[in-house]
Amino acid sequence: MQEILDKFRRPELGKQVLAELIPKLNQAADKFGRKLSFMEVCGTHTVSISHTGIRDLLSNYVNLKSGPGCPVCVTDHSDIDAMLELARQEKVTLTTFGDMVRVPGKGGSLAEQKAEGADIRIVYSTLDAVQIAEDNPGRDVVFLGIGFETTTPTVAAALQVAEKKRVDNFYLYSVHKVVPPAMHVLLSDPDVKIDGFILPGHVSVVLGRKAWDFVAEDYNCPAAVVGFEAVDILLGINDLADQVLNGQAKVSNMYSRAVKEEGNPAARQMVDRYFTPGDAAWRGIGIVPGSGMFIRDEFRRFRAEEKYPVAVSDSQPPRGCACGEVLKGKIWPQQCPLFGATCTPVSPVGPCMVSSEGACSAYYRYHRE
Amino acid sequence: MCLSIPVKVISVDGEYAEVDFQGVKKSVGITFVKDVRVGDYLLVHSGFAIEKIGEEEALETLRLWEEIESAGNIG
Repeated sequence: MQEILDKFRRPELGKQVLAELIPKLNQAADKFGRKLSFMEVCGTHTVSISHTGIRDLLSNYVNLKSGPGCPVCVTDHSDIDAMLELARQEKVTLTTFGDMVRVPGKGGSLAEQKAEGADIRIVYSTLDAVQIAEDNPGRDVVFLGIGFETTTPTVAAALQVAEKKRVDNFYLYSVHKVVPPAMHVLLSDPDVKIDGFILPGHVSVVLGRKAWDFVAEDYNCPAAVVGFEAVDILLGINDLADQVLNGQAKVSNMYSRAVKEEGNPAARQMVDRYFTPGDAAWRGIGIVPGSGMFIRDEFRRFRAEEKYPVAVSDSQPPRGCACGEVLKGKIWPQQCPLFGATCTPVSPVGPCMVSSEGACSAYYRYHRE
Repeated sequence: MCLSIPVKVISVDGEYAEVDFQGVKKSVGITFVKDVRVGDYLLVHSGFAIEKIGEEEALETLRLWEEIESAGNIG
């Protein structure tokens, strides 16, 4: 099986797909009088498309734009400031995924607070955070729940462990979100001119291919569910090019080895047990109805914000930061006035530059002239 | 973060499986995947398997391009 999976990285196969793809992209450009624009909405796609060299390789033939796919980047600054405030509470041990740690906010980042003595720990899995709570009964262990459909089931499963083992000192601050409502916002925005969407492969493992049919049916926009290896990405772009040239709009499954038509119902059921959807603010986009996942009343004892009401009232986004425009693909990262000047990976201003999956961070690493 | 990795199952124990990712062994939760067997390949994210990787489907995706490739070699 490993040999089969390795084929999705073979340069020879990649070149074969490119040889078919580039003429199609040229044909489409001639037909429409402009280069096509395709958008991905997944931080891992942002990085893979840059890292494989595909974005640069195809830049003469198609615009490969990055949308709001990085969960850290779309976290509203008021939530960032609330998380920073939680970390300051005496009894709190804050646990988090790594990419949150350097995001700047009111009073400094978590990394800066950690350097000043705050009890902040990076974990790979939420289960590790539950374990920390079990091992430290005198502390209130708060986990920062950030992530889309791929991550939320794993957090819900950890809540189940905490529930079963009666870990009373474990709390969750949930800023989990779901992608389809944000797609509706993008597809309804006349300024967001996209000819096709590269849909997130692992979010789709959970949701299923079928969950995206609205992109084609309601908005007449081509879409493809795409994996993350170089060949996967090229196959996805190739499929979108075919759709555009044939005047089609459908949702192809180009990642069938992982994505099923119905997705993973067990994962969705675990989420439904602990979470309920509600309106949530996305950086750069504003309120997206039904896009946030919040802990159900039945499990309110896990809500960090009830144990520690830390809502910050005077939260401000960083001055001059254009993450919002970048996140909607309205400007390229390089077009933000701060990019590469006052905003760099070493001294980031906004989350798009901090997060390992942020567009600005990826473009700084791979697309600076 | 969609950063999931494919791993091979070495052993299964209730709701957890021991998996191998290129030599590194880890325990992952398998509550989301039915019927996990030794030798299966799983997609793992944040300590949990989110799906089994389908060999048939992988081959199917590659098949069309490999036909073109071998046709090219003959011609």
